[in-house]
Amino acid sequence: MTIPNESKKSAHITFQLNGETTEASFAPYKTLLEVLREDLALTGTKHGCELGECGACAVLVDGEPVLSCLVLGLECEGREVLTVEGMAEATDLHPLQTAFADLGGAQCGYCTPAFLLTAKALLDRNPNPSRDEIRDALSGALCRCTGYLQIFDAVESAIVAIAAPGGNGSTPGGRR
Amino acid sequence: MSERPHNVIGVPRRRVDARAKVTGQTRFADDIALPRMLYCKLLRSPHPHARIVRIDTARAAAHPGVHLVLTGKDLPIEYGILPVSQDEQALCVDKVRFVGDPIAAVIAREELIAFEALDLIDVEYEPLATIADPSDALQDGLDRIHEYGEEGNVHKRVAFAFGDTEEGFAAADHIFEDTFFYEGNTHLPIEQHASIAAVDPDGKVCIWSSTQTPHYLHRALAKVLEMSPAHIRVIATPNGGGFGGKSDPFNHEIVVAKAALVLGRPVKICLNREEVFYCHRGRHPVLMQFKTGVKKDGTITAMHLKTLIDGGAYGSYGVASTFYTGALQTVTYKVPQYRFEGCRVFTNKPPCGPKRGHGTVQPRFGQEIQLDKIAERLAIDPAELRLRIVESPNAVTANYMRLGTIGLAECVRRVVARSQWAEKFRKLPEGRGVGIACSAYLSGAGLPIYWNAMPHSGVQIKLDRGGGVTVFCGATEIGQGSDDVLVACVAEVLGIEPFDIRAVTGDTDLTPVDLGSYSSRVTLMMGNAAIQAAERARELLADAVAAHLEVPKGRLVFAARRVFDSEDPDRGITFREAVCLAEAKFGTLGTVGSYTPPRSPALYKGGGVGPSPTYSYSAAVVEVEVDPSTGWIVVPRVWIAHDIGRALNPTLVRGQVEGGVYMGLGEALMEAQVFRRLPAKLSNALVHKNPSMLEYKSPTALDMPEVFTDLIEDPDPRGPFGAKEVGQGPLLPIMPAVANAVYDAIGVRIDEVPITPEKIVKALEAKKAGRPARYGPAGFPTVQWPEALRVPPPWEGGDGHAVNDPPRPRSDKKVKVIHT
Repeated sequence: MTIPNESKKSAHITFQLNGETTEASFAPYKTLLEVLREDLALTGTKHGCELGECGACAVLVDGEPVLSCLVLGLECEGREVLTVEGMAEATDLHPLQTAFADLGGAQCGYCTPAFLLTAKALLDRNPNPSRDEIRDALSGALCRCTGYLQIFDAVESAIVAIAAPGGNGSTPGGRR
Repeated sequence: MSERPHNVIGVPRRRVDARAKVTGQTRFADDIALPRMLYCKLLRSPHPHARIVRIDTARAAAHPGVHLVLTGKDLPIEYGILPVSQDEQALCVDKVRFVGDPIAAVIAREELIAFEALDLIDVEYEPLATIADPSDALQDGLDRIHEYGEEGNVHKRVAFAFGDTEEGFAAADHIFEDTFFYEGNTHLPIEQHASIAAVDPDGKVCIWSSTQTPHYLHRALAKVLEMSPAHIRVIATPNGGGFGGKSDPFNHEIVVAKAALVLGRPVKICLNREEVFYCHRGRHPVLMQFKTGVKKDGTITAMHLKTLIDGGAYGSYGVASTFYTGALQTVTYKVPQYRFEGCRVFTNKPPCGPKRGHGTVQPRFGQEIQLDKIAERLAIDPAELRLRIVESPNAVTANYMRLGTIGLAECVRRVVARSQWAEKFRKLPEGRGVGIACSAYLSGAGLPIYWNAMPHSGVQIKLDRGGGVTVFCGATEIGQGSDDVLVACVAEVLGIEPFDIRAVTGDTDLTPVDLGSYSSRVTLMMGNAAIQAAERARELLADAVAAHLEVPKGRLVFAARRVFDSEDPDRGITFREAVCLAEAKFGTLGTVGSYTPPRSPALYKGGGVGPSPTYSYSAAVVEVEVDPSTGWIVVPRVWIAHDIGRALNPTLVRGQVEGGVYMGLGEALMEAQVFRRLPAKLSNALVHKNPSMLEYKSPTALDMPEVFTDLIEDPDPRGPFGAKEVGQGPLLPIMPAVANAVYDAIGVRIDEVPITPEKIVKALEAKKAGRPARYGPAGFPTVQWPEALRVPPPWEGGDGHAVNDPPRPRSDKKVKVIHT
């Protein structure tokens, strides 16, 4: 959401955001996290420290998980950014979203976008990771609710759904 | 109802709010942005204890982009969560009490401008003596942090004698005396506290906040702003983790509400991570001494517990926390004579309060380690010892806690069997070990925070002609799944799908009061209220349908979105048609339900903390691997069984159990809210040692062990569909089970948390040097305890009163505090 009277929106970038060419103008000191949340009203990306410690702000930049609080918006010119808002196809949830929802992978839901995107980056690069590889890939984000185990289960379930013949495992309408 | 198989209850299900969470659409407080919104930042004290001599805000107020600067004189009225400790001010007026105490607020066009303007506020302080820890607080003659309390910096002292413990100790074959220390730690929710306040178009004020207790915030705002609660609306946004850390009314909430009222524009604050550490209200550091007498067979004859509690700078829930450190020792095992003395002191640190397991976690740690020591001395297997002394269902304990169902023995048997305990205990190679511990927790506090005779939870139901149902309740979704419980109970009773129901929760304008998401009360209390409201709605529908179908009401079944004759299932109508029939017959359809806990038999003063409609029980076996050269500990496996009564949604219950295990491991192994002195050349101030997520260590995905969870289901008639709590109880056995496992692995006792490699190495060095193979506190200081309230236990003819109870003007008190 743009804020009236906000000063110094002197930085401009054009980038691919959730599959759409997007232009943004913002104060040049702003991080990608701030640009997404404050200038583009995409509040699905969360923050827990804004110092690169908690991992809650992870998004994918060119397919790789990055902490959006440590990246300047200006650095994203021409890049491809994926946030949690871009994971579903219309109302069909991504298999990871379905699995997290069905298997208790989200409790308070605050760290969930970061875990979903980090897991997506893992599965895009390695469609059949072991539990230890899942653990390792997700270890950069903190979750205080779940104890991580239902998150691991959800990722493993999504692996199976994605690999299932004839479908990408998404849930039409995102509900049962 | 319960005789029929359930369609929703007990079925592992996607929670009703899951889709919003996995698509990033859940709106947390900081996700709300309003037109013309301004930003607030707080100036915080750099001194742990100082008088405020002068505050000059002129330069800050003149800074371009600043709209308002507030100081303590703008919000002088004291507030606090408990009526007995109204000791906070939204912005400090006369003095500051810890590094981080807020003294001024800047509201500006941008957050950055507000931040810059903080530097332009000139404050002159006169430093006072720092009360760093309980040993300072127990000294006479030092500066007082508060002008109330027992005396000096002693906030609260309590003493109870439930029977004659000396007689019990005389009857014992062995007496054990042990001291333990439980370090403080904090909730560390990933969501930082955030609030946004705005003046509604009609002139009333509304605040959206990450609070677990919108009702109590509502009351605090009314008091401090001197407004009618009718003109204040509190909306509890879904909390990005709570764990008790968002249960107090907070200064920043009051400040943004005030600023919005002054400016007529929306004002938002989002704390940074360092500030979240200053909000704290987390686990109290507690020093404790247990003296326990036992017979040769393990029967407990008497127990005497003393606790010394470091409260930090304000009351918060501390008086309740103090009572809680002594309340639940009796509800797991039979303790015929029990004495408890507790003392909470003020120190110049962020205030402690309720964290998951509130006040009961620390003494449970000591009690369960001491039981391990007792078992070893008596040469009884520690699991067997516990089975011998488990309390009986429906018992009234020495301190008049009335128990419900107890699945503890089954919990112990289950974890013993699944962990192959008999093959492992004292049999694993050096460096590997297993430990067992048990616990109990309330399913909701039996008394409200302020005395009143009203229900603890209320639910309203509206039925729509289209077949949709809206259910309203003040309960707050903090990630635990309260919205799901609410919807599930209603769906089950009405025979419809959870997806047919909309939940409206945590909004003081729209929803009936539920006291809040604390004390593991929501499932039991809101659940019972929801069932009552839904049954009343079903009754209306059944009346109309019975007349229409010409079927006796008692034969009607509500299931699969239909209402039909149990003897002829084809003879029926849709739920939607049933609603239309009932609306035609009765008019607009709506019902209410409410829940008030049963009266407790604990009638002595102080007996209000501990009673609950029923208690949950847990047992855990933890396996550890300890490297004796480095002290490094790895926990590869945990087995836990939890007496849930009935799992309303097993997916969520398992999540709560595993989340409790996780948080317990953090407390056991690494988490510590600790303080240090700045170098003298700076200020020598007592500051938080690690107010960041990098330095405050918490377990990551790599640290989490395998957890084998068992749910023991023995429905408790007091709970909704038989359910008891799960949010807090499963955390409690973890820390002592880790300590007991470390002893099994390497033969040293670590009698405090966190159990760090450094402490293990020190204990091993002590063992090698021939000193006691232990790391822990040396003793318990002298405290001037008050005369104990003497309450004869039920088996000595007691009636729940103290024989020396001071007179209480109870009826006056009720009236007074309702209007606080």
